Amino acid sequence: MTVTHAPVPGPAPVRAARPPALWRLVWLHARLGFVETVRIPIAVIGNLLFPALALLFFVVPQREVAQDPVGALVAVAQLGTFAVMSTCLFSFGAGVSEDRAQPFDPYLRTLPAGPGARLTGRVLNGLLWSYCALAPVVLVGWLLTAAELRWEQALQCVALVVGVAVPFLLLGLAIGYRLSAKAAIAVVQAVLFPLAFAGGLFMPPQVFPDWLDRLSMALPSRAVRDLVVQVTAGVEAYPLALPVLLGWTALFAALAVLAYRADEGRRFR
Amino acid sequence: MTRDEHVVVADHVTRRFGAVVALHDVSLSVGQGELVGLLGPNGAGKTTLLSLVAGLRKPDAGTVRLFGGDPRDARSRLSLGTTPQETGLPSTLRVQEVVALVAGHYAAPMPTGELLERFGLQDLARRQTGGLSGGQKRRLAVALALVGRPRLVLLDEPTTGLDVEGRHVLWQALRDYHAEGATVLLTSHYLEEVEALAHRVVVVGHGRVLADGGLADVVALVARRRVLVTVPADALPRLERLPGVEVLEAAGRPEGVRVTLLAADADELVRTLVGQDAPFRDLEVRGASLEEAFLALTASDGVLEPGRAAAEPVQEVRS
Repeated sequence: MTVTHAPVPGPAPVRAARPPALWRLVWLHARLGFVETVRIPIAVIGNLLFPALALLFFVVPQREVAQDPVGALVAVAQLGTFAVMSTCLFSFGAGVSEDRAQPFDPYLRTLPAGPGARLTGRVLNGLLWSYCALAPVVLVGWLLTAAELRWEQALQCVALVVGVAVPFLLLGLAIGYRLSAKAAIAVVQAVLFPLAFAGGLFMPPQVFPDWLDRLSMALPSRAVRDLVVQVTAGVEAYPLALPVLLGWTALFAALAVLAYRADEGRRFR
Repeated sequence: MTRDEHVVVADHVTRRFGAVVALHDVSLSVGQGELVGLLGPNGAGKTTLLSLVAGLRKPDAGTVRLFGGDPRDARSRLSLGTTPQETGLPSTLRVQEVVALVAGHYAAPMPTGELLERFGLQDLARRQTGGLSGGQKRRLAVALALVGRPRLVLLDEPTTGLDVEGRHVLWQALRDYHAEGATVLLTSHYLEEVEALAHRVVVVGHGRVLADGGLADVVALVARRRVLVTVPADALPRLERLPGVEVLEAAGRPEGVRVTLLAADADELVRTLVGQDAPFRDLEVRGASLEEAFLALTASDGVLEPGRAAAEPVQEVRS
């Protein structure tokens, strides 16, 4: 061990005790989450590739869908929505519960930063991965199908991702703060796939039997899907889509807050 | 010392975990520039006390103040440095990334390169923390407590699991940092560690402050020797009456009774035995563990005499 015995620079003077700017702390935590994810790429690769592969294997070979500008656009929109939804549920549901199990988590709470910086950093990180998950789907759709967006629509979609992410991000947080890591992964999967299927993210709701179509309209995934399809492909959403989505978002927000409080109460009371 | 100069003030703090009382009506003040060792066996309440000071938990009763504010408010922690548990470093992050993350929370941190050099970690800057040895992780953990140049450093068992050299390097780094004007509050269940670092020692056991005073006084109070002798059974009551001596164990043997005594001053005890012409044989003198010393401190006949060691009033001796 080579160690110099020069004196360590002493404590900072009292006047230096100003908090760093919030954006800097948010940036630090976002970067932390990003680097941690990138270092174990297998954790995200499946998530990133699955929607694009589904598009490639199930949509591109069907010429009547792939070569129809509206049909192709709807298919891309559905799988794009799924990509964002699954990223949010995994990175917030499974990710938060894994972090809670780490002893580093309580250590970070002793640093001079409130919970806001960490949470905001996490949200930025989740959004970034949502865009990453969306990119392959959009690429396949653009190159191999008749789907096309005008540039102002494409810009709208960039903003739309945030809207799609919010409800599922909140649901992810509710799961992540409520459950242990093992349970969280199982619950995320058990929620994600039925919700995606019944919401018409794999098959358009037009092929659903009547009862499923009606049930589907009450789901957040269907509401999101129809709104995304409306913006991208111009197919009008059902009238209740927006209220249904807002209702679920409010419910997920309440569940997330309750789960966060319960976790605080259990570990940090 | 006025209240403003106190870095940490715990006032009649009680903290329970379910049915277990981790801290029972503890009051403790730490002044600017002190180097205080919290000494106690595992489960004494040391870590709970630190977690209250670090703002991780709140007391069930009483108040804890950090730089005059509520430790659960991030602004009160601007000049606080703590260590993660050694096993708690994010394994995929590189050493320099963890340091940069923590440094970014403070207004005037030490440069990363300089800090790593001080702790002998400069060659490991790009290593992922999961690949570090136990001793390297420990050094990194303590380095993280200092990177923000905090005015108060909390260290929970800072050198557990380190080899002798690593331990001395860390001790020197902490002494140097304290010499620059910082306040240090550390816990340990090693008497040696507290002796090497602390100027003031607070002994904690069963969630209470048992003794609080200068290093020499408290060490004299808790440093105990085990003295083993074999005596005839009828000599046992005489040993039990000796002042300052505790009979830990008495086992019947064919040749007499094997007695284990706990004594503050083994030399004095042996002199007394010889002076009384006690019929002992097979004398052995061993160092006693801190756990045994604490047992003596909390024992019903109270070896600890109030005022003997404590600069401030000793809280309670009996549990």
